[in-house]
Amino acid sequence: MSRFRPRGVWGFILRRLLLGIVVLILVSILVFLATQALPGDPALAILGRSATPQSLAALRRQLHLDQPVFTQYWTWVTGLLRGNLGRSLEAQEPISTLLSPKLVNSAVLVALAAILSIPLSIAIGAWAALKREKVFDQASSNLLLLLAALPEFVVALVLVILFATTVSHVLPAISTIPPGSRPWNNWVALVLPTLTLVIAVVPYVSRIMRASMIEVLESDYVEMARLKGLPERTVLIRHALPNALGPVFQVIALNLAYLAGGIIVIEFVFNYSGIGGAIREAVVNHDLPVIQALAMLIAAVYVILNLLADVATILVTPKLRTRL
Amino acid sequence: MSQVSDWVADAEIAPPLPAVRGTSLLRRSLKLWRTRIGLVLVGFIVLLAIVGPYLAPYGPSAAVGAPNSNPSSQAVLGTDYLGQDVLSRVLYGGRSILVMAVLATALAVVVGTAIGLVAAYSRNALDDVLMRGMDVLMALPQILLALVAVAIVGPHAWVIVVAIALTTVPRIARVARGAAQPVVERDFIAASEAMGVPRWRIVAGELLPNTLGPLMVEASLRLTYSIALIAALAYLGLSTPNSANWGTMIQQNQLVLAVQPWGAVAPIIAIALLTMGTGLIGDGIARTAAGIDRARGEE
Repeated sequence: MSRFRPRGVWGFILRRLLLGIVVLILVSILVFLATQALPGDPALAILGRSATPQSLAALRRQLHLDQPVFTQYWTWVTGLLRGNLGRSLEAQEPISTLLSPKLVNSAVLVALAAILSIPLSIAIGAWAALKREKVFDQASSNLLLLLAALPEFVVALVLVILFATTVSHVLPAISTIPPGSRPWNNWVALVLPTLTLVIAVVPYVSRIMRASMIEVLESDYVEMARLKGLPERTVLIRHALPNALGPVFQVIALNLAYLAGGIIVIEFVFNYSGIGGAIREAVVNHDLPVIQALAMLIAAVYVILNLLADVATILVTPKLRTRL
Repeated sequence: MSQVSDWVADAEIAPPLPAVRGTSLLRRSLKLWRTRIGLVLVGFIVLLAIVGPYLAPYGPSAAVGAPNSNPSSQAVLGTDYLGQDVLSRVLYGGRSILVMAVLATALAVVVGTAIGLVAAYSRNALDDVLMRGMDVLMALPQILLALVAVAIVGPHAWVIVVAIALTTVPRIARVARGAAQPVVERDFIAASEAMGVPRWRIVAGELLPNTLGPLMVEASLRLTYSIALIAALAYLGLSTPNSANWGTMIQQNQLVLAVQPWGAVAPIIAIALLTMGTGLIGDGIARTAAGIDRARGEE
């Protein structure tokens, strides 16, 4: 059996990879059709009614609107693959130049939130499962339920009210990262956006962790391990935790992917210069090439995170590994 | 999707025998305090949204005093950045969010349930086609798709409703399919088929009632998210300009939080009470459904 195991795992990863690529191709068609091949004239929609015929013609050429739809799509997709994301209509700059510093800013924010929230929520979930129906479990699950129901921008603004404006002034209400500066040189500015993202993620992950841990703690092999007389620490860390983490990886990945969307609002609340703020700006300015590029970027992040989650689930869950 | 995510999804959302009528599930969930508290909160906000405009001392856009003035006898919650009465705008600002969120969720539940049940019942390539289509829709965050729609069509209320509904459909469809799958395999479905019951009647008459429990749990969760998304879009400045809408109000008065907090704080409280209320109701229904399943497992 063991000889077939790696092949099974690799075969599974390959299948997931192919599925991810298919999903991305379909997303690219969707994004392209939605933003470029709409009925009506996108150039007119972008420039508005006051556009001159010359500027309309120039924009049509720039967007390759004078070519057949399939050629337009092909030019766009092959450009994406070569790293050519197109030009921003608003800034008149290549999108990659425009977005790369913002991408770094957003990545730092999301990574920071992930590093803080994942161990925290695993700890809360596991502890609540161990103290099931006790005070900690009930208090944490009720608090997290209420936090999970709040929209992120409400959480963000409550933090601003508490720490940056009305109640106290210990932190800045605006987290602008000046151009050319890096987020880690402005760590005070990162506190409130990161905290908001952590509060947005912890309820979901810890809830799944709790449910998963309870299931594992009631399982036969944990009872067996206890009956063998293993120390409780060993039972929990060696036998219970690894199996409980399986479903949690999926939820972590889904939540990180969700963060890719969540930063749109959070970055706007704090005026943080990342890709989330850039999307909002592009929508307000009708900057369709930027919207297309960012939509593809976020979809790619989402697909990759899901793939990683599936692989991690396989690697960490012994009973699934043998089933492949 | 994959073996793993199916396995996880089944473990999370698809109880083995969810054959509980929706009304009975709702009634039983009322025994829980969290459902009652949730209902009180939601009821309060809904009442506010319905009768608010009749109680408002001023019109939503009437200038009643100096901008950002503190609470006084003329303006109980003070005025906003344009000198409009905060209380009146809060009383006017609930309707649009509530109506849009309920419409978007209802639309998504109807379409998503239909897709999920048909996919589960077809047991052939149609299942794959439908569910892969759902995967594609789910590969974009909800708010991103809504933003793209607004960027292209414009910030109309119906665009936001359709975009939120469209992105909610795949999530409902997955739950409906997951809950219907074990039912499809059971004998009474095969018996109905053998008796020549039309396929649409099997889907509507046999599958649908058996999936209502998980669907109601998911629908209440999705209602909470729809409210949050619609408020967030307004907060991002993508709804009708200067409409009396809680999201818009928060954005407009955020900058003067240090001077006159009520312009932002009052709508923040309203949104928070509403989403916490729907969240509590959803949790109550989920707990009741899980409790019923557990009791059945022990029978």
